[in-house]
Amino acid sequence: MIRFEQVTKRFGAKAVLDGVDFEIKKGEVFIIVGLSGAGKSVTLKHMVRLLTPDEGRVLVDGECISDAGSKDLERMRNKFGYLFQSGALLQWMTAGENVGLPLREHSKKPDEEINKIAREKLKLVGLEEAFDKYPANLSGGMRKRAALARAIIREPDIILYDEPTSGLDPATSRTIDRLIADTSRKLGVTSIVVTHDLHSALSIGDRIGMLDGGKIVELADPAGFIASKQERVKLFLESQYITRKGSWEESTAS
Amino acid sequence: MLGEAMTHFRSALKRRARHDIVEQMYVAGIKSLGVITVVALFTGMILALQTGLELRRFGLQANIGTAVTVVMLREMGPFMTALIIAASVGSAIAAHIGTMVVSEEVAALEIMSINPVRFLVMPRLVSLMIMMPLLTLFTNIIGVIGGAIVGATQLEVTMTAYFDNARLFAQNKDLYVGLLKSVVFGMVIATVACHQGFSTTEGAVGVGRATRRTVIISFLTILVLGYMITRLFYKL
Ligand SMILES: Nc1ncnc2c1ncn2[C@@H]1O[C@H](COP(=O)(O)OP(=O)(O)OP(=O)(O)O)[C@@H](O)[C@H]1O
Ligand SMILES: [Mg+2]
Repeated sequence: MIRFEQVTKRFGAKAVLDGVDFEIKKGEVFIIVGLSGAGKSVTLKHMVRLLTPDEGRVLVDGECISDAGSKDLERMRNKFGYLFQSGALLQWMTAGENVGLPLREHSKKPDEEINKIAREKLKLVGLEEAFDKYPANLSGGMRKRAALARAIIREPDIILYDEPTSGLDPATSRTIDRLIADTSRKLGVTSIVVTHDLHSALSIGDRIGMLDGGKIVELADPAGFIASKQERVKLFLESQYITRKGSWEESTAS
Repeated sequence: MLGEAMTHFRSALKRRARHDIVEQMYVAGIKSLGVITVVALFTGMILALQTGLELRRFGLQANIGTAVTVVMLREMGPFMTALIIAASVGSAIAAHIGTMVVSEEVAALEIMSINPVRFLVMPRLVSLMIMMPLLTLFTNIIGVIGGAIVGATQLEVTMTAYFDNARLFAQNKDLYVGLLKSVVFGMVIATVACHQGFSTTEGAVGVGRATRRTVIISFLTILVLGYMITRLFYKL
């Protein structure tokens, strides 16, 4: 579905991605973990060509997005929903208007129907009361959730989530996890989730990839990820009190 | 960017786009009326005073009507209005779009296949191209009135004499050339501001830089283009 072929991206002298090579399968929930600054957001941005590789290429459904013309690029981007790390809601529109924006711009549906759908999506993320509020008057976590509702409203084939649960309380985080898993399973959506939250990574992920030093240092299913022999992965797991001794459920329970 | 924005002019007729344009016109126009009134009034008064003092030496002070009106219509009306709008509206546009770039809102628009030029630039461009001539007309009227006030109170030129004189010598062409200038200035301000906004990098510092550049580049362009348009229509 999405394929990175030896992608290298430099900012100045620093290679943030250094020959990254992996493939995301259709319909799976693919988790990207890594330390802050490891290049997770940069990786997501390559998938929709907000950034282009210095070397290598990115394929979406077998088509190279990295050098597509503007018509093709638009068609390919239409497959995506993108939850930005910062939310990126338009400040001068209410949450409801923000969520409905993609439909208002691209469908011929009347405003009442769009508002109804926007309200439903906001309800899914537990924000129905925020419909008429402006982003400036929402909390960080609420903004994130409104942005999530906007990312899924057109029911895209592929959804990119940049830290969907950061800044959320544990209970809301689990709701969002379930929402991501449900969207994925029920609608056959391919989901790519960047997260620091190992709990969500292990519970909703089909596969987990760890970015470190510009490379994918580990790529495995949750069980394989916990059992990884990679030093960086071990350190990363230990920092979240998950060791190889028990299953992650036992270790979080203790 | 100007070219690209113009390819979207047709979409300006859509209902939603019209709403955006009207909103931008309100922001650009109505909110600047206060400053514009004061600046226009004093520009007219200064013009009347300066030319009046000179003309009085030859007993020709009745001609300030023409002097003020012609200079307001051709030059000072469009020029002063453009400076005010560049400093207030242009800088605000640059800051707004710059902030959107920095907070990834523009990237979000692209991912939603919403063309940022159509969505953000077109309404601002169209609204400034409509608002600038209207505001300039307003500036002209207030400026001419300012001149009349100085004439009546300090130069012993009655209002009637002032306006008769103005009507006798000022031409329609003066008005039209000035209004043409104002439309061009509107395009300059919108284009420079949007371009600087979209070129913003490096967070809040970058937004400040985009704002400053917008004002400076607009001022210089307005000055030079103003001269060139005058030169084009009034050959010696
Ligand atoms: N547009 C850019 N220009 C210059 N450097 C950039 C740019 N975008 C990202 N970087 C750099 O690339 C590196 C990786 O950034 P990225 O945002 O992908 O990190 P991340 O893994 O998402 O981290 P976090 O978990 O904190 O969000 C950082 O060192 C950052 O400074
Ligand atoms: Mg990031």
